[in-house]
Amino acid sequence: MTGTWQLFRLALRRDRVVLPLWTILLGLFPGLVASSFASLYPDPAELASFAASMSNPSLTAVYGPIWSPDLGGLTAWRSSIVLLIVCLATAFTVIRHTRAEEEQGRRELLGSTVVGRTAGLASALLVALLAAVVVGGLTALGTAAAGADGTGSFALGLQYFLACLLFAAIAAVLAQVAQGARTARWIVGAVLTGSFLLRMVGDAGGDLNSPLSWISPIGFLQRIRPFADERWWPAAVALVVAAALAAVAYRLNARRDLDAGLIAPRPGPARAPRSLLSPLGLAWRLQRTTLFGWLVGYAVLGLFLGSATDAASDAVRESPDLADAIGRVGTGASIADMVIATGMAIIGIGAAGQGVQAALRARGEESALRAEPLLAASVGRLRWAGSHLLFAFAGPALGLLVAGVFLGAGYGASADEGAGAIGRVLGAAAVQIPAVWLTVAIVVLLFGLLPRLTTLGWAVLAFFLLLGQLGAILQLSQWALDLSPFTHLPSLPGGEVTATPLVWLVALAAALTAAGLTGFRRRDIASGG
Amino acid sequence: MENVISVNGLVKSFGRTRALDGLDLEVRRGEVHGFLGPNGAGKSTAIRVLLGLLKADSGTATLFGGDPWRDAVSLHRRLAYVPGDVTLWPNLTGGEVIELLGRLRGGLDTKRRDELIARFELDPRKKGRTYSKGNRQKVALVAALASDAELLVLDEPTSGLDPLMESVFQACVNEESGAGRTVLLSSHILAEAEALCDRVSIIRAGRTVESGTLADLRHLTRTSIHAELAGSPNGIGALAGVHDLVVDGDRVRFQVDNAELDTVLRALTTVGVRGLTSQPPTLEELFLRHYQKEEVPA
Repeated sequence: MTGTWQLFRLALRRDRVVLPLWTILLGLFPGLVASSFASLYPDPAELASFAASMSNPSLTAVYGPIWSPDLGGLTAWRSSIVLLIVCLATAFTVIRHTRAEEEQGRRELLGSTVVGRTAGLASALLVALLAAVVVGGLTALGTAAAGADGTGSFALGLQYFLACLLFAAIAAVLAQVAQGARTARWIVGAVLTGSFLLRMVGDAGGDLNSPLSWISPIGFLQRIRPFADERWWPAAVALVVAAALAAVAYRLNARRDLDAGLIAPRPGPARAPRSLLSPLGLAWRLQRTTLFGWLVGYAVLGLFLGSATDAASDAVRESPDLADAIGRVGTGASIADMVIATGMAIIGIGAAGQGVQAALRARGEESALRAEPLLAASVGRLRWAGSHLLFAFAGPALGLLVAGVFLGAGYGASADEGAGAIGRVLGAAAVQIPAVWLTVAIVVLLFGLLPRLTTLGWAVLAFFLLLGQLGAILQLSQWALDLSPFTHLPSLPGGEVTATPLVWLVALAAALTAAGLTGFRRRDIASGG
Repeated sequence: MENVISVNGLVKSFGRTRALDGLDLEVRRGEVHGFLGPNGAGKSTAIRVLLGLLKADSGTATLFGGDPWRDAVSLHRRLAYVPGDVTLWPNLTGGEVIELLGRLRGGLDTKRRDELIARFELDPRKKGRTYSKGNRQKVALVAALASDAELLVLDEPTSGLDPLMESVFQACVNEESGAGRTVLLSSHILAEAEALCDRVSIIRAGRTVESGTLADLRHLTRTSIHAELAGSPNGIGALAGVHDLVVDGDRVRFQVDNAELDTVLRALTTVGVRGLTSQPPTLEELFLRHYQKEEVPA
């Protein structure tokens, strides 16, 4: 472990902008949500009735249960989306400082100096620990400062802290197992999505002790129950699990060779298939695994959500109080429609994530100097960029349609509505496409005009997600909410569709894409040095 | 003779760094042209401008008489490029990359490909991420040498090759040149340039400092002489054009400006010569002289 401290400082130096940015901003979120609730509903009775109106299955599925109908309980409930982002950010930080470094060959350079073989892993985990302390600490302090119960605030902070540690440890193990950083990130994303899905399905049924929710890492941590007669033993268990995973990562790290994973590389074909021999063929080869991963994800998520929807609307029908509360809030749409619309909005953000990822692949190829040999052969710039952007635009559209079909089929089968449901749900999926395209188009614009800032695409997406999820609670004015293209989408199924906003979104996306591509044709190609 | 590449007063800046500062370069059809300079002199930047990957700030560059930026796609059908820093797709095999690049350049001679793979002892079944630097370079070299291109642009192509492979590479370049292809070879390995190049351009800090055949360049410089004389070498040090004289009894060692060679040899034979070796300046010496000369502010 010699050299851990120096590597830790090197990592902090490299992350001097990004790390403070996400830890502080995300750490402040729960506190902001709490003070927003406090000013919206100063009277505890108002808070309680708001909580009652929010206790419907579709919202419970997305955010988890409201453990206690007071300021702290509502804050913990509503901020649960932030918890997911925090998990992902910590995991990516660990991978960035372990496997990604190794893959780039920088670990080799450092490994030849007086640095122990586990120092890289140890320093990455130290960075994650620091991030966890900042996020957890700010969450606890912010929530308490907004007037929530002290013990509950501490428990909420602890929940965030442990979520960071747990996903840091998971990422540490994956960074040893997977040979590429991309694969490691991909599996972390799948683990997080999986734990979200388990918790969602578990909680949607209305049973607060559903085993599905308990085995989900996210659901498990939420069962610390901040502000509602806190249970401390899940916290202890989470800590032990995180430590055990970290120990596993150490063992793997100490035993394996540099650059090696658990899966040994096999020789491949000496000749290329004809299908590879074009820019599009190459892009397909590079992007297809990711695309299939997303499509499977959409299908599973769609089926889960579809079959849970009917159970959820039954639960509401049997409870007149709940139906009444929703009737007051809702737009008159049926309960099932509301559940589907809420789910689709989340899937839409996911699809935008898919698009951003595929578009960033073009920049990734360029920065890795792998665009250069193609552009130095007789491949035009538009042809090369277009081959990747096809996946950024058509990929999410295809994904949304898959999600729509499976959600519709799942719902249709469980609610005896039959194939008719597919058509309605497909419409709900299709209206997400213009907003997804606009998000991708922003990335293309950055890629063409400000290539060094292309990865800000993720920040843009996170911004849209937070606006959509928390904008109303934070009482942002309408113009701020309107910044997100997802604000302009009709709520389907059940809502009214007007073509104008959709046409505008598509037109704007086309204009930004054209501007980005024009910029790309005129600019220098990254030359590494 | 027709120029395949001609570059005039090329300037390219990255932010405040001026990578190319008025570069001139002429590569004639059918020649092997050495593009020499130390790391950071601007060789790769110049090549990237010629490939239309970077846009020059000012100056002109033509490739086969066309504009490398505007006509990139059509010009690239006629050339093959080996980058200095070869990065491969981690999950594509070497064989797949060779075919992909060959196809995208407009053609690959499969018989020649197989022959080159054997000569360079490359395993084409390995995935990109498992190749060493030298093997990645072999992949790019095989792809370039097996193409039907008229022009080969090689950016420090041998920096990762071992001496055996280096000689295979030299043999291949000679064959290509014999087949009438033009080669632009950027290098800082002078022995390689000396063995392969018809003409060289030496660049420093983004500017061409010398250009011509090796014979031309040598003419402007000094020959080193070792001589064993019949008598005392008195007065040789006083002759014009003699530098770095070392006298060891009857033996002398010195450098002489080529313009004064005749006068100095006459002076030696007047004393009487028992043994004589003369060496033309190596490229290394040319090179060092240029850099040392430029480092002293005039």
